[in-house]
Amino acid sequence: MNTFLARSWLARVLLFVFAVVIAAFFVTPLLWLITAPFNTQANLAVTIPSNPSLANFEAVYNNKFAMRALFQNNLIIGGGVMVLVAGVATMASYGLSRTHVPGRDVLVYVLILFSSVVSGTAAMVPIFLLVFRLGLIDTYAGVILVMTGGLLPSAIFIMRDFIDSIPRSYEEAALVCGASSLRVFRDVALPMVRPGVVVVAIWAFVNAWGAFLIPSVLLRSPDRMPASIASYSFYTEAGTPNLTLLSAYAFLYTIPVLVLYLIVNWRFGFRFFGGIKS
Amino acid sequence: MTQITFEHVVKRFGSVTAVNDVTLTVGDGEFVALLGPSGCGKTTTLRLIAGLEFADEGRILIGERDVTRLPPRARDVAMVFQDYALYPHMTILENIGYPLKVRGVGKQERTERVTEVAQQLQIGDLLDRRPGQISGGQQQRASVARAVVHQALCFLFDEPLSNLDAQLRLEARAFLKHLQHELGVTTVYVTHDQAEAMALADRIVVMNFGRVMQIGAPLEVYRRPANTFVASFIGSPPMNLLAGTVDLGRGTFRLNGETPAIDMGALFRRLNGKLTDGQTITLGVRPEHLTPQVEPSPGAIPAQVYAVQPMGGEVLIVVRVAGKLVSVRLFRDEPPDLPPEVWLVPDLNVSFAYGADGNLLQ
Repeated sequence: MNTFLARSWLARVLLFVFAVVIAAFFVTPLLWLITAPFNTQANLAVTIPSNPSLANFEAVYNNKFAMRALFQNNLIIGGGVMVLVAGVATMASYGLSRTHVPGRDVLVYVLILFSSVVSGTAAMVPIFLLVFRLGLIDTYAGVILVMTGGLLPSAIFIMRDFIDSIPRSYEEAALVCGASSLRVFRDVALPMVRPGVVVVAIWAFVNAWGAFLIPSVLLRSPDRMPASIASYSFYTEAGTPNLTLLSAYAFLYTIPVLVLYLIVNWRFGFRFFGGIKS
Repeated sequence: MTQITFEHVVKRFGSVTAVNDVTLTVGDGEFVALLGPSGCGKTTTLRLIAGLEFADEGRILIGERDVTRLPPRARDVAMVFQDYALYPHMTILENIGYPLKVRGVGKQERTERVTEVAQQLQIGDLLDRRPGQISGGQQQRASVARAVVHQALCFLFDEPLSNLDAQLRLEARAFLKHLQHELGVTTVYVTHDQAEAMALADRIVVMNFGRVMQIGAPLEVYRRPANTFVASFIGSPPMNLLAGTVDLGRGTFRLNGETPAIDMGALFRRLNGKLTDGQTITLGVRPEHLTPQVEPSPGAIPAQVYAVQPMGGEVLIVVRVAGKLVSVRLFRDEPPDLPPEVWLVPDLNVSFAYGADGNLLQ
């Protein structure tokens, strides 16, 4: 009996130690991100600053290039990609879900396959040439269109699954009530798929927000660089990062995404009342 | 004047013919029930009227107008769905008012008319709730209110009571019949519950495999099933069907199996000339038209008692006849004291014979 207790006790301790190690692996960088920006002598160690200050943020704020990258370029690119992806994906997947096109499932899977190609490194040269021919090098539009193209297939895939799960009788009820197809989409289908649209929109925004490769290939002028590239302005000529400023910039970089998520969760929520009795 | 007419309507889904050459007319103000087992095409027939499906062949008319190719909104019908399909993101007020909103009725008039209808259906105090916040019975009423609120040419019901519990279903059934009677709107009602169809409809359309098996007033269909399918579908328990061979010379009927010849003189005389000697027919007798007795007689069928079930107002006796189970219904509360061997006397005036193709011989 005693040995049994001892063994189960030992197992629990081992499990606990294991959990702590795993947690530390993931939590430590986050702790660093929260503490380092407020420490004027920050290094790679996680230390609670003895006299916290906002000096790092002040220095970052004075870097006009980095600030424009974050609060102008990133918002334009992220917002543009979000609106385009959410809008096009919703309409496309509604069409794919509600009409019987022969071979539509194959179409969707081929699209998914393409998504990894379009945004992948392998396609960078043809994409560059295409954007160059279109005269969209060094424009927001070029970056937004390429990223939208890369994200759309997965977005359509997610949205279609979501729309498929909504019973058609809602829309049929509206049709019989006298609504036109367009009106059914606006009054009934769209409000019901809203949680799905929000999920896809956030996902697209986060993807665009953190993108590095596509903007770095397609953009030239420093005025249009997004934050992921602008963060290199906190590196010295020799390539060593200025950790105090970089941590403060990284902190600011994460905030809009968090705020967006919180607003959406508070405003739309992911709760729903069902009107279908099953 | 809204009558609904089907002229040789056919609807196929791939290789399946869901509605097969259906011709029927629903009269102005009439309440017609489409009745049949699942997959018999009754719901597809309803959806063809609503315009949610389009016919492959034939014509559909609502009133004088050919609507075969018209979209739902051009047909001006109202429909209650099996799952109610109340929009979860709208309040009950908005839900009921939606058909009016689509038709461009102003907000104030909309609210007035919705409130009036809701009061009539006793859901007036629920108007600011959402569908998820009210009970199943209330949802059902809200969905009926949505159908009633605008003066549609006809009402279509797709098994509207199947999601309610037994008690509520009886209440809603009476309520629907009363409402239809009051409004006098042409109504087509789909159900698989024969009791519901009998209780509600002016006429019943029994369907199977996409075809109309019989059309008639509920009692007419109950009393004179046109074929063995209708006989075995309508009634609870359904009509007893006993296969056997005819001996015209003696005026007797012999069940398949080792049973004595039963005197069927009265029935055969009624079918004068329709029967041939040695023909195989199916005898159809309602459970309430069999009387058990303890002594054999010329017209009686020998049977073994299988189970006696007192139901309160009636007694249901299941007996075994030539290996088959046969139901006998007695309208009395006290179960009779029966020996294991009994003889059943069918009332031949209300019994029927069906030919080999399953159709009524008359």
